[in-house]
Amino acid sequence: MADKLRTTQQLEQLQARYVGTGHADVTRFEWTSNIARDSYASYVGHPGLLSYMAVGMGEAREVVRGRMVEKMIQPVGKPPEVQD
Amino acid sequence: MATTSSMFMYSLTIQPPTSVTQAILGQFAGTKEQQIVTASGSRLTIHRPDPTQGKITTLLAQDVFGIVRTLAAFRLAGSNKDYIIIGSDSGRITIVEYLPAQNRFSRLHLETFGKSGIRRVIPGQYLAVDPKGRACLIASVEKNKLVYVLNRNAQAELTISSPLEAHKPQTLVFALVGLDVGYENPVFACLEVDYTECDQDPTGQALEELEKSLVYYELDLGLNHVVRKWSDPVDRTATMLLQVPGGADGPSGVLVCGLDNITYRHSNQNPFRVAIPRRRGATENPERKRQIVAGVMHKMRAAFFFLLQSEDGDLFKVTLDMLEDDDGQVTGEVKKLKIKYFDTVPVASSLCILKSGFLFVASETGNHHFYQFEKLGDDDNETEFDSDAFPADPTEPYTPVFFHPRAAENVNLVESIDSMNPQLDCKVANLTDEDAPQIYSLCGTGARSTFRSLKHGLEVNDIVDSELPGDPSAVWTTKITREDQYDAYIVLSFTNGTLVLSIGETVEEVTDTGFLSSAPTLAVQQLGEDALIQVHPKGIRHIRADRRVNEWPAPQHRSIVAATTNERQVAVALSSGEIVYFEMDSDGSLAEYDEKREMSGGVTCLSLGEVPEGRVRSQFLAVGCDDSTVRILSLDPDSTLENKSVQALTSAPSALAIMAMADSTSGGSTLYLHIGLYSGVYLRTVLDEVTGELSDTRTRFLGPRAAKLFRVSVKGQPAVLALSSRPWLGYSDPQTKGFMLTPLDYTALAWGSNFSSEQCEEGMVGIENKNLRIFSIEKLGNNLLQQSIPLTYTPRKFIRHPEQPLFYTIESDNNTLSPSTRSQLLNAQPVVNGDGVVLPPEEFGYPRAQGHWASCIHIIDPITTKSVLQQIDLTDNEAATSIAAVSFASQDDETFLVVGTGKDMVVAPRSFSAGFIYVYRFLEDGKELEFIHKTKVEQPPQALLSFQGRLLAGIGTELRIYDLGLKQLLRKCQAAVVPNLIVGLQTQGSRIIVSDVQESVVFVVYKHQENKLIPFADDVIARWATCTTMVDYETVAGGDKFGNLWLLRCPQKASEEADEDGSGAHLIHERQYLQGAPNRLALMSHFFPQDIPTSIQKTQLVAGGRDVLVWTGFMGTLGVMVPFVSREDVDFFQTLEQHLRAEDAPLAGRDHLIYRSYYVPVKGAIDGDLCERFALLPNDKKQMIAGELDRSVREIERKISDMRTRVAY
Repeated sequence: MADKLRTTQQLEQLQARYVGTGHADVTRFEWTSNIARDSYASYVGHPGLLSYMAVGMGEAREVVRGRMVEKMIQPVGKPPEVQD
Repeated sequence: MATTSSMFMYSLTIQPPTSVTQAILGQFAGTKEQQIVTASGSRLTIHRPDPTQGKITTLLAQDVFGIVRTLAAFRLAGSNKDYIIIGSDSGRITIVEYLPAQNRFSRLHLETFGKSGIRRVIPGQYLAVDPKGRACLIASVEKNKLVYVLNRNAQAELTISSPLEAHKPQTLVFALVGLDVGYENPVFACLEVDYTECDQDPTGQALEELEKSLVYYELDLGLNHVVRKWSDPVDRTATMLLQVPGGADGPSGVLVCGLDNITYRHSNQNPFRVAIPRRRGATENPERKRQIVAGVMHKMRAAFFFLLQSEDGDLFKVTLDMLEDDDGQVTGEVKKLKIKYFDTVPVASSLCILKSGFLFVASETGNHHFYQFEKLGDDDNETEFDSDAFPADPTEPYTPVFFHPRAAENVNLVESIDSMNPQLDCKVANLTDEDAPQIYSLCGTGARSTFRSLKHGLEVNDIVDSELPGDPSAVWTTKITREDQYDAYIVLSFTNGTLVLSIGETVEEVTDTGFLSSAPTLAVQQLGEDALIQVHPKGIRHIRADRRVNEWPAPQHRSIVAATTNERQVAVALSSGEIVYFEMDSDGSLAEYDEKREMSGGVTCLSLGEVPEGRVRSQFLAVGCDDSTVRILSLDPDSTLENKSVQALTSAPSALAIMAMADSTSGGSTLYLHIGLYSGVYLRTVLDEVTGELSDTRTRFLGPRAAKLFRVSVKGQPAVLALSSRPWLGYSDPQTKGFMLTPLDYTALAWGSNFSSEQCEEGMVGIENKNLRIFSIEKLGNNLLQQSIPLTYTPRKFIRHPEQPLFYTIESDNNTLSPSTRSQLLNAQPVVNGDGVVLPPEEFGYPRAQGHWASCIHIIDPITTKSVLQQIDLTDNEAATSIAAVSFASQDDETFLVVGTGKDMVVAPRSFSAGFIYVYRFLEDGKELEFIHKTKVEQPPQALLSFQGRLLAGIGTELRIYDLGLKQLLRKCQAAVVPNLIVGLQTQGSRIIVSDVQESVVFVVYKHQENKLIPFADDVIARWATCTTMVDYETVAGGDKFGNLWLLRCPQKASEEADEDGSGAHLIHERQYLQGAPNRLALMSHFFPQDIPTSIQKTQLVAGGRDVLVWTGFMGTLGVMVPFVSREDVDFFQTLEQHLRAEDAPLAGRDHLIYRSYYVPVKGAIDGDLCERFALLPNDKKQMIAGELDRSVREIERKISDMRTRVAY
């Protein structure tokens, strides 16, 4: 029992430190949101990639950056209804 | 995956990226002068703006082998030197200092805070410093913020604390800035959104009600912790913050820039809001809202202002008015915020205002601009809008305000700095029939885009070009006395005489100089104090200052064939192969050495070095003989004309020059012997100053004509002018001190000489047929010459005419009004929104509108007219997506231009209403295009290719073969070969390499008998391919959107099976392997060069060089991948790389090996850029590495430089 508790605690610690660490009951919504947020953060973080997308979209780099961070708020749409 | 490979490539950067991620300003050298530090890709560059000349020069550029994301400058209180903080992908914060004396960056602190790489929660995206230099905050996009306290210790050294956390989970950061609070506790302002609620709320209401807040984080210096001090909701669309001066200079606080509005906010002040003025014009949509994309605050003695730039490039001047109390004294309270139009400059990624009155605009695309302020827009008649007219609450409506854009009034462009960013396509071709091919490339966006031709060479400044009466064979310049600063005479030698010209206000012939005019001249020299020497075939003429002439006649039946001189010595070679040596006596007369030295063969050339300072003679005489040898003779009084060493050559030497030049190996100056051969080969060897031994020979082919060498001086440095079928200059690189040999962008010369006069301090004089030319070289730093032809819209792709030196580009701009819509709006009567003035689009851009496309096809002649020959505009909201020149077998192999277009395209998520393929006929050798017909297809074709007399097109996931019909293209064959979207096609024989937008490449074979396209091999990794090329029949090289270069090879067996004769039945019925093609490609080589490859090509870059892979990067990089020939070299460079990684660890703290393995472990590739840093190491480290490698430092340097010079520049 103590072992299980420790494992849970360790997992919780990991989840607190590293955003996106999953758990046994992760939902499709959580998982896809996490992936999408990681992707957007990467697009914004790589200067070359951001410029590449900006030129493709025909927008200024700063505009595209703002849009990408904005999309990180809810990247894959509304969360599903909670069923009890 | 094994990191070793049977194939190794050496990666080299020819031209580093020119896109600027961020530019910062500061006094980095510790003097009053301000410098600009820019981050471009992985490079950190420090520039020195010269306010007197209005120019920017690069002081130092260093590859940090990591992605630089943010920069910040800070200064400790009481200090006068700025330090640089680098936020990179290393998971570490780096503080760097620039050392002007050694011209290098020195790392002061490197503190690890997280994993490496660019991740969502690892700080490095945002960086802000306290204006007083007491603390900095480094943050990630989500959650993490770390505060470091900066201080100094008792030794006045910079110290950095351990980090203080200010994390807030599930919070996104949009912007971060340090607040100016004077000497109170440092405060950082942050634009945040907390998405916790939205993630829980299935109704979507929480998302609608979501607020963006401005949050103040205060660092309590006493308690040493960070608190969230204040938080207040701001405009939901805000994305940018700017610091408002505080303390004694202003009210403190921030400007919050959102869509269409700017708000002044501070915790103890009322908010003030102004709208961003919109452009007024017939083609402008009055409803379109602008956003601020860049801004800068500038503090002057008693005032401050902001320059904010909208996405159109318009600069707005924003100022704050303060409340006055009853006595008219300014209080600390803000009264209003004011905004007015300032000027229009290219959209910037960073703006820097220099104290000397200049504005540096680091453009997002295209050339960077350096402006001088004429005025600050103080007393013009531009309408000023203030916050009184707008409600401070971001949700309340207001009436928009407008302005009329106009030509620049306040700033004046003084320099445009070439930048190839973004580089969208490139081709290497030799259109001018020179020795080496040129590079043609598409750069820039919108109306500022250009077609550039690049050529390897140094820019030459032509000063004089005058015709002479005869055909001179040689030219010299000479001073009259040793003390003279400038040359006095130009001496020209003809086949039957000599002409002397005097240099003054005008250049005219003089006859009373004492020179023998009836014979050709072999050498001219100013000797000793005030005498002159003329060597002619029949003797030596020594002209004293009082015009007394001493003549030494050549022995009977013999004539002088070669001569060399310096200011104290003369050596001549006679037709009999004897060498006669003279030295100047103390009384100024020439004394002949009593013994002649007889050489084994005929002497072709001689050279004496300069007399070293403090010595009486040059130690060595180099003699070139027609038995293909060079001998070094001693001139020491004890061993005069004795043999010191011999060097055998591949051909007879045509010219020699002993010169002392800067040397990167020893750090000082070294004596070199430069040798030119009759075969046009140039050699440089090190001449040992004591023993006269020759070592470390480096060779280079100059051209098919015999090489001639001349000692000249460029930028105060000795340099060698080497003339063959074209002129070259050998010099030491201003930054690395390494030896460079670069062709001059100039006509072929027959003879050259140094030239110095009042008008032209450091020039050269040369002879070209009958012409005398005087020229100078101003810039040694840049050895790639650019020529631009302006284009209309963002160029996407281009192709070359199969025979003619012409290019065809397709250009398209998204969200831009097409010319027909524009003219329709302009001609609409009455003009709706204000006047119908059309502003030049190069400066103001095109009018924009969501969902509109402007696109055209251009014919470009880069050689003769250097201009655009024809423009074909596409209508109906179509935009060109692909282009190819296709020869149709059904039309007697006539070649047609085929262009793919898409209608109503949306980039992301991808959508369109139709796709078309246009066919054009080439008229007048391709100078004109005639439209034939267009064919509707289901999707915009992204790739077209000529294939076995028909057209191969990638339409979505389908690969199709079309033939040309009378009314439209006729579909002959099709197959779905990739999972997503075909973006590229390559072919050899019946094999087609298809690249997918997301799933790497697929090898497809076309079976002619059955008319079937059969995929037979694909890849295991999802590569978002951007460009590919076939290196050989089995191998394909390519690049992807994440900045990788890779080489893939099809297994031999699969390759052979695919080409077996007969039907493709065995291929079709072969079993799929893991839901893919039956075979898998093997990875041969993988490398992360950081920039996104946009084109790759297998070609030669220099005359006589091997084939290399030339690739271009989106941010302006030009790079090559050179295949290794021998395993020995690979082992050597691998070990060298290993040592350099340890001895010269990357500046920003990124591990080099992990950096080059960013997405896929680096395989079969050596980083040449890292190896080339060997030359910049301190001497002891070089010695150490050389010892480990069991080679000499010189040997290592030669190997490194050979790798470059053999194949590239």
